[in-house]
Amino acid sequence: MTPETLSGHTLVDPWFIHALQRIVEMEAHLLGETLTPSLLRRAKRLGFSDDQVGTLSDMLPEQVRSLRQSWDIRPVYKMVDTCAAEFEAATPYYYSTYEQENEAPALKGHKAVVVGSGPIRIGQGIEFDYCSVHAAWALQEEGVKSIMVNSNPETVSTDFDTSHRLYFEPMDEESLRDVIENETEDDGDGPPPSVVQFGGQTAINLSQSLAQAGLPLLGSGAEAIDIASDRHKFEEFLARLGIPQPPGAAVTSVEEALRVAQDIGYPVVVRPSYVLGGRAMEIVQNATEIIRYLTVATEAGQGRPVLIDKYMEGRECEVDAICDGHEVLIPGVMEHIERAGVHSGDSMAVYPGLNLTPEEVDTIVDYTTRIGLALNVSGLINVQFVILGGAPYRSPLFPREDSPDTSVYVLEVNPRASRTIPFISKVTGLPVVNLATRVMLGRTLKDLGHSGGLWKRQKIVAIKAPVFSMSKLTGVDWYMGPEMKSTGEVMGVDHDFPSAVSKALTASDLTIKPESVVLLSIADKDKAESTTLIRELLQAGIKLYATEGTAAMISAMNAPVTVITKRLSEGHPNVVDVINEGRVNGVVNTVSQATSVLRDGFYIRRAAAERRIPCFTSLDTARAAVESLLFGSGSLQEDQGRPYSIKRSEEYLDGP
Amino acid sequence: MTKVAQRSLQAGDRMGTGASKVLVIGSGPIVIGQAAEFDYAGTQACKALREEGITTVLANSNPATIMTDRGIADVVYIEPLTVEVMDRIIARERPDGILPTLGGQTGLNLAVAIADAGLLDKYSVRLLGTPLETIRSAEDRELFSKLLADMGEPAPPSITVSSMDEARKMAQEMGLPLAVRPAYTLGGTGGGLVRTTKEFEAIVSGGLSASPIHQVLLERSLEGWKEIEYEVMRDSSDNCITVCNMENLDPMGVHTGDSITVAPSQTLTDKEYQMLRSASLRIIRALGIEGGCNVQFALPPHPVVDKAIGSNWEPNAPYYVIEVNPRVSRSSALASKATGYPIARVASKIAVGKRLDEIPNVVTQKTLAAFEPALDYCVVKIPRWPFDKFPAGDRGITTQMKATGEVMAIERCFEAALQKAVRSLEMAGRSLMWEDPDWRRDDSLLSQPSQAIFDYGQSCMV
Amino acid sequence: MSNDAYLVLEDGSVYRGEAFGAETSGYGEVVFNTGMTGYQEVLTDPSYAGQIVILTYPLVGNYGINAMDFESRRIQVAGFVVREHSEHPSHGLSTSTLHEFLASQGIPGITGVDTRAITRRLRSQGVMMGYIYSDSTDTPAPLPVTSSKSTEAASEQALARLRGVPKYGDVDFVKSVTTGEPYGWDVPSDVPASKHDRILVADFGLKYNILRLLRGRGCEVMAVPATASAGDMMSLNPAGIVLSPGPGDPALLEYMVSTVHNLIGRVPIMGICLGHQILARSLGSDTFKLKFGHRGANHPVQDLSTGRVYITAQNHGYAVDGDSLPSGLEATHVNLNDGTVEGLRHRDLPVLTIQYHSEASPGPRDSEYLFDRFLEMVRDNRA
Repeated sequence: MTPETLSGHTLVDPWFIHALQRIVEMEAHLLGETLTPSLLRRAKRLGFSDDQVGTLSDMLPEQVRSLRQSWDIRPVYKMVDTCAAEFEAATPYYYSTYEQENEAPALKGHKAVVVGSGPIRIGQGIEFDYCSVHAAWALQEEGVKSIMVNSNPETVSTDFDTSHRLYFEPMDEESLRDVIENETEDDGDGPPPSVVQFGGQTAINLSQSLAQAGLPLLGSGAEAIDIASDRHKFEEFLARLGIPQPPGAAVTSVEEALRVAQDIGYPVVVRPSYVLGGRAMEIVQNATEIIRYLTVATEAGQGRPVLIDKYMEGRECEVDAICDGHEVLIPGVMEHIERAGVHSGDSMAVYPGLNLTPEEVDTIVDYTTRIGLALNVSGLINVQFVILGGAPYRSPLFPREDSPDTSVYVLEVNPRASRTIPFISKVTGLPVVNLATRVMLGRTLKDLGHSGGLWKRQKIVAIKAPVFSMSKLTGVDWYMGPEMKSTGEVMGVDHDFPSAVSKALTASDLTIKPESVVLLSIADKDKAESTTLIRELLQAGIKLYATEGTAAMISAMNAPVTVITKRLSEGHPNVVDVINEGRVNGVVNTVSQATSVLRDGFYIRRAAAERRIPCFTSLDTARAAVESLLFGSGSLQEDQGRPYSIKRSEEYLDGP
Repeated sequence: MTKVAQRSLQAGDRMGTGASKVLVIGSGPIVIGQAAEFDYAGTQACKALREEGITTVLANSNPATIMTDRGIADVVYIEPLTVEVMDRIIARERPDGILPTLGGQTGLNLAVAIADAGLLDKYSVRLLGTPLETIRSAEDRELFSKLLADMGEPAPPSITVSSMDEARKMAQEMGLPLAVRPAYTLGGTGGGLVRTTKEFEAIVSGGLSASPIHQVLLERSLEGWKEIEYEVMRDSSDNCITVCNMENLDPMGVHTGDSITVAPSQTLTDKEYQMLRSASLRIIRALGIEGGCNVQFALPPHPVVDKAIGSNWEPNAPYYVIEVNPRVSRSSALASKATGYPIARVASKIAVGKRLDEIPNVVTQKTLAAFEPALDYCVVKIPRWPFDKFPAGDRGITTQMKATGEVMAIERCFEAALQKAVRSLEMAGRSLMWEDPDWRRDDSLLSQPSQAIFDYGQSCMV
Repeated sequence: MSNDAYLVLEDGSVYRGEAFGAETSGYGEVVFNTGMTGYQEVLTDPSYAGQIVILTYPLVGNYGINAMDFESRRIQVAGFVVREHSEHPSHGLSTSTLHEFLASQGIPGITGVDTRAITRRLRSQGVMMGYIYSDSTDTPAPLPVTSSKSTEAASEQALARLRGVPKYGDVDFVKSVTTGEPYGWDVPSDVPASKHDRILVADFGLKYNILRLLRGRGCEVMAVPATASAGDMMSLNPAGIVLSPGPGDPALLEYMVSTVHNLIGRVPIMGICLGHQILARSLGSDTFKLKFGHRGANHPVQDLSTGRVYITAQNHGYAVDGDSLPSGLEATHVNLNDGTVEGLRHRDLPVLTIQYHSEASPGPRDSEYLFDRFLEMVRDNRA
């Protein structure tokens, strides 16, 4: 196929196709010829990574790197100066290239490399850019020059005046090590340390490579990161501390998986121990589903283990904490509105934990402190908990006298900044990243005027709510589950729970309006529990439409309901019609993993997404929404209900 | 001069140095089509305005932003972005200007809603940056076509329809394929290129309902044409410059947010480059924008591509204007990082009356903002799609944007910049050498740009 | 594989790359241009006579060479330095590659060098003479490139040779680029040409686009040699005269200065670039050499009467000394980067000059209005 033919197929201008062909030709050279300095240099000038060169010339990337060193083939760094070198520029903004002249001699003095978070994607969003920026600023406050490495043009971290130096580079081992080498002074103190805690999973994944290359990290060592991410080591670690976690194991075969699941009992949470495209985490109910999951996952995972844990249907909480090796400071406890099973990034998080008993809070603080100290964390740590016992949905609107016995389990520990850092910083007023960075530089919390334990509880209620972009992603099913699907977040803050919920729902376009129509289609497993929601909806004057089974249940409750068929081929109007025609203003649709049920609901959820009407796939979110309508300001109209507050963000911290 | 520009000049005269307190509207949560770029833009804006001694009030509902931190704006409201909330914030803070052009389409839409609710008059506050008329015209397809016609700029032959019946009638006259563009939606939501009657029915009805004013535009298909963008700045004294131009590797038919983009353009002669540059300047002047603006053009393709499209109509102009974003956009963030020229910062200073020649270029500290960056490298941007999360979803790349983010790479040649950008995607170590297991050497996947750069490489070997 | 080629600068620095274009050597003043498009216009711009041009934009030749983009009939530069040249240009109008174009006209090129490094050197040291040669060219003698010793020897030879060639500032390049005979610009145009608007363009090294733009404005356009006397020119009954851009140090071009001196006041005159410098000198101003000149498409110029800023196309190594303007002659435009004089007018005389290129090509077309302003002057003068 000639480039011109390909151009005709793809409609891409031949100029670009010819460039691709030059890349392909170089691949052929590397595949067929012995690597020489001249060939390697030409490959590097065409943008080939050490990894690619290694694959083609049958070497390890590390061997290619050594060859480059011995042949003196290193990148130089050129400045982005707006003027093609016509004027001397002051901006310290560089990119790598294989040319003659290096314009970026190593910075003098104390410095550290902030490893950024790369492109915005689901699961690794703007939060980590927020953290990287604050890390750079904190370094500067401590007189340490900050060197930012990132590849994302949309961000504040790649603004020219955020750090002392900006390297616009891919976030991979080769680029990072090249930058660190370039920043190593000939007569200095060796390579500058890297800050990997703030750039999300991208940065934390690089910590092992850096450690292997003998490059220093600022803050927690690679060992802490390794313990937290290795299932087996982590289990031993928690057992040693006497901290409970849901039972589970890492398995590599279907047989093993079935045995483990049998032992711990269904439902179980399954997830791969590696990161790869495709479905990552699921809750499975039976052996058939586990076989299906394992078959796909083991094939894709090439022998790497799959993690199986007992699914505990309890309330989920999380904390972020700063640890200096002596003390652990916890800014606040966040409680999720949705029970365990919904990815923490997709749940609504409430600060402070309004439904937590003092004992539960104490346990959370105790576990976090012990984990932080035992892991020898220097900097940040995020711990996720599930609380078992009592109803999995609770509301501060209905405080319970009879607090049943509960137990707190640790689900996950991440020795790095989490996506809740900006939220918790804002609602508590604590500059979390700043403190963590300064701790990593050797300061103690005490030096910084703080001490360990739980930071004072603010007189506010703040809710972080997810925002989905599902109207854009045609064909994507977006029920909330263990896999994160939201792209962004909003915050609703006020001095009472219903107002904060209303604000969060308004900002995320999920409000239920009084006197409107809501369509219900509830999975069998949730039907019993949904009666409370149904009563609350009726109480709010909302008219109900429901699919066959759900409608039967509502009728059995002696409540009025209009049946709408979910069988799209059996007459009109069906569920999709009523959504498309704008006859319903909201949808509650819960799912179970059974394939047929998923398919039925899929059309409902897609139709709602495309019409942009609120769709709740968790009963818990729906209840919070309707309860905020019933008991709070509900509508944001000032003349209806209790008025919500409008305040400058720091005024909230002064109390109501 | 158009009426808009005249009005804006009068407004500009008044504006001058008057504003002392400005409300900056943020873009709300990160959604596809509106990502971190507006945190970058808003943060620069607040800093730039404070340098001018202006008190900045920021409203945004997204806590995961630097702009909502202490120390960026003077006053921060983390509240829902609704008219009611804005009413109360304006009543409390009494700003004399509102700057909506840094908050993406959310900011502009809210500005229109604020104006429609009579709040501008109620609190004697003015919109800064882009005249209200321009915001309306740029989003309303019919007004936009009319505006282009008034300024003598060519728009692709098209017709606006408000019902399915009307749409079907027009499709009969024009024939397929047609581009469908709904009015007032974010990131091209609900639009697309239609080749068959079935697609036509589905997309037009979807577009009509996605559009808040139930209006879609049916347009001659320019699929396969080169897509070129210019980032333009204008101050209240009518000085204009272009910051950067960009060429999409993916031709027309793919949303710019989903296109692989290079800066500067690679395949344009100087005459073509200057023709489009001059047109961009005419457009920003006619729209009366004081600040930044993004203009997208379609240019006839290479003969090889032209032959492949086999188009059945004769263009009546050397280029067509496709879209104007009368605000700082995702492309502005890219252009800023690609050139070093801080568009949001300069746009904010212009909005409060500064002239381009009064704003120093903070990068060189020797030149001024009245300057066009010269690049001595090649920049490649690749979108980051969420398909790894949703293996079952529709991976088709169309005029509706699906990427959640993007990466940029800078190098001295295109090949190296492209390969660096692919590495930056962090697709589990994928390079251009990655062989898609689904790739069967047929043509079907080649029309999927999400995979295409990998497939191109493979195809070259065939 | 291509031959290795070298660029040796007067200060002894050597840059190794690959040869392209003609297999020959060349010398000239080494200058850089920061424009990102328009290489064909640059190559054929006579103002670059005697110069080796570096393009700072690294990818050159992408859209090939076409019939439309000539600014004179041939390549004028002495050598061409790029980071990368496109062997597969992509454009419907393209008829040949950059390499073929240079080769066909005997102009040497060097590719694959760190053009940014050279540019930074010129920025800090100022422009200087340079020499391009390759292994295949016989001056200096062919060399094995692997031996750094002989590379050194070769560059020593090249340096010696460079010292022997005439300095850029000592040569009258106008004589070699101006037309031998007057000629009319008779291309078909939608606008009929008016005899009343006969404009002579004194060809100091003109670019065709000046002729195109004047013709497009309804003028009858005629180019005349730089050596034509004032009498020769006036005998053609011009309504106005444009003094074109061109190469070299205006201080060397006394014959042109005196011709212009004899024209001033008799007919409206527009001076562009070298034409502006010659006109300034003929009214008694001085000119001086800039450290590394202005060459590119992004230079901001402010019109002092309106405050308006224009982005201009520029190509000059010399400038009019703003402190030397005689009374009556006023600066109308300044460069916002370095404050140098960019335009002049006279209180009493019908003259309008600009240091930059209102004809663009390559570069922004923001200043084409100056031709209209000049033609207004011409029409006022006639009335």
